[in-house]
Amino acid sequence: MYFRYLGRELRRRARSAALVAIGLALGVGLVITVTSYAAGVKAAQGQVLSSLYGVGTDLTVTKAATAGPGGGFRFSGTPSSSAQAGQSFAQDHLTSAAGLTTISASDVTSISKLKGVAGATGALALNSVHITGTFTGGFGPGASASAKATPTPTPTPTATATASASPSASSSGFGISTFSVDGIDPTEPGLGLLSGPNIASGASVVGEWFTDVQSSNASDQTLALVSSAYAKQNSLKAGSTVTISSTSFTVLGVVSVTETDGADIYISLSEAQSLTGDTGDVNTIYVTADTSNGISTVQTEIQKALPSVTVTSASDEASNISGSLSTASNLANSLGLGLSIAVLAAAFVLAVLLTIASVTRRVREFGTLKAIGWHSRRIVGQVMGETLVQGIIGGAVGIGLGVIGAFAVTKISGPLTATVGATGLGSSAPSGFGGGGGFGGGGGGFFGGASPGAFSSARSGFARTFAASNHSVTLHMTAPLSLEVFGVAAGLAIVGAIIAGAIGGWRAARLQPAVALRRVE
Amino acid sequence: MYELKKLSRVYPKGRGKVAALSGVDLEIPDGEFITVQGLTGHGKTTFLLMLGALDKPTSGKIIFDGKDLGAMPESQLVDVRAQNFGFIFQNYNLLPTLNAEENVEAALVPLGIPTAERRARSIAALTEVGLGDRVGHFPSEMSGGEQQRVAIARALVKEPKVILADEPTGNLDEVTSLEIVALMEKLWKQRGMTLVLVTHDTKVARRAPRTAVITKGKLTMRDNRAPKVITQGPPGAAKPAGAPKPA
Ligand SMILES: Nc1ncnc2c1ncn2[C@@H]1O[C@H](COP(=O)(O)OP(=O)(O)O)[C@@H](O)[C@H]1O
Ligand SMILES: [Mg+2]
Repeated sequence: MYFRYLGRELRRRARSAALVAIGLALGVGLVITVTSYAAGVKAAQGQVLSSLYGVGTDLTVTKAATAGPGGGFRFSGTPSSSAQAGQSFAQDHLTSAAGLTTISASDVTSISKLKGVAGATGALALNSVHITGTFTGGFGPGASASAKATPTPTPTPTATATASASPSASSSGFGISTFSVDGIDPTEPGLGLLSGPNIASGASVVGEWFTDVQSSNASDQTLALVSSAYAKQNSLKAGSTVTISSTSFTVLGVVSVTETDGADIYISLSEAQSLTGDTGDVNTIYVTADTSNGISTVQTEIQKALPSVTVTSASDEASNISGSLSTASNLANSLGLGLSIAVLAAAFVLAVLLTIASVTRRVREFGTLKAIGWHSRRIVGQVMGETLVQGIIGGAVGIGLGVIGAFAVTKISGPLTATVGATGLGSSAPSGFGGGGGFGGGGGGFFGGASPGAFSSARSGFARTFAASNHSVTLHMTAPLSLEVFGVAAGLAIVGAIIAGAIGGWRAARLQPAVALRRVE
Repeated sequence: MYELKKLSRVYPKGRGKVAALSGVDLEIPDGEFITVQGLTGHGKTTFLLMLGALDKPTSGKIIFDGKDLGAMPESQLVDVRAQNFGFIFQNYNLLPTLNAEENVEAALVPLGIPTAERRARSIAALTEVGLGDRVGHFPSEMSGGEQQRVAIARALVKEPKVILADEPTGNLDEVTSLEIVALMEKLWKQRGMTLVLVTHDTKVARRAPRTAVITKGKLTMRDNRAPKVITQGPPGAAKPAGAPKPA
């Protein structure tokens, strides 16, 4: 009886029932589309972040280079006297990665002891510049430029020097090769750049490396891992030898990491320290928090304990992402959410109004039912059942619409690009290096370290990306659909229907049978 | 049985009040057939709503089988109605989306009777009112007389103690009206329930042993089996009824 009555009633006013169901379906469809789109955008952001930042690291602690010692290195191609003209030279410069200055290794220990910290490991991110060439003489016009640059302890204006030097000086005879080196603490294999989740390939050789380097065997100390890109470029393979600052290392294997800013060569931390003379120092600390909720607390704690360092979290990085990904994210968050809330609210209002209209039209019917002994709750149940069916149909159709919508949105939006801007990320290359061609000059300093403040929140990894001032990643948009979202969205439709039914049912229940029966239509 | 004691029902009307019923004293023993007569707007429907516990008195008492209906909460009154009262309305009040059998069945729903029994009893009731072959028909597919028969079947299917009919033939032609009244009389005789029938038609009214004449909310009883005394109540009420009698 219940379902027959319910079904007949819905069929009688099929059009208004369909309207309510369609309204709810649109709301549900939009919620699903927007949610899945937002999830897709979030996943894309996560992808960008992990490629920029590395998986498994919650916070990175660095210290910006300040003017003065440690902020880079100085180099002069200027021979001490013109007598040296024609002689060849080779110079190796191994320095802290651009913009970074060293932090005492004891800070790693103190960070790891902070509450909420799961682990911390120190690394020494270095850049090696290898220069070979022949002095060609002709120090006329170039000399003044180089002379200006060379003695300056902090050659902030090196860009000017380099630029002016290059056209005037004879530009033959310089060969430069650069690569990045990371000194990895072998006692913490679970943290930092070479931690498990961050390794895209070569996990087993990484494991082997950690075991070997931890051993006391002296020859194992000079084992190195090279990145697949660097290995390809320089035809390196297991067993090859690489030379860093006149020290030979044996390549144990090839590895590639998720983070785009992985180093070219990985060696043990102690080796890296002895190569630079920074014994007991690191310049990047990778920190993992106990829980993702605790990250910001840990960030504050570290900052409090070590006021001079810069602590960067993934969310700091997220705010620096721009490009269509960022637009999509804003769209999904603000417009999409607002729109779906508006449509859902409109659907709710529509459902309530049409239910009330239906109840009003059936006043005599409900009065009759009360007269023949139907309890109010039975009548309310009938009305709520009717709206519930509309809600279920709306929810089901809405899920279909949502799937179509999510599909359409990925098709329409196409691939997204994310650009990590220079803002505070230290991706802008030091000025001196920006015009690589400028090295041909007979002199002139380059790479004069960071200008103070330029790398205020630089991260070693990213700072190594010399190439461009902006870093762009192209992503394929996905709009992942989950049962959970279906459930919640359809649940909203059903809740809306129940609300409408409750309001309509309440009006029906309040009805005085006598009034209803007197009514003549 | 009913006991009405100084029963009044006052409705607010504009700024003033209107007494739809005032000071009604009456006893209706079980199984009696009573007709109710009166001009439009004089309180007949109000009287019936009181008897059916669909409305409450403003003052006075209405006692049904020892229960004070005016003092009972709506939740209990619903059950009293479901078990004891069968209503028949002038405009049938069938549920338009339900067929004849389902309309009748609706009266059994609140009694917690299993579906199969409900169906069987509904079909039996429809057969009794002469619609055994129309069980699957919807109200829109039936004539007024047929719809009223469905309403009668709905009223009697639960075997109530009382059947309350408010101008059941008001919308029907003369022949059909007589058929409907005859049907109700027949059922009353067979089943021995109390029957209260509101009608405009004096001929119909006189078929009952007693008629309650309601004039401006005041009720007087007329004994239809005492031919000498034609008018007892206020003169206006029974005036047209007297005309054919002297012959
Ligand atoms: N709900 C109400 N509100 C106000 N006045 C009412 C209401 N119901 C009935 N009345 C008034 O009560 C009087 C009696 O009405 P009713 O019992 O329907 O008369 P009848 O059935 O004899 O035509 C009328 O004057 C009518 O206007
Ligand atoms: Mg009336």
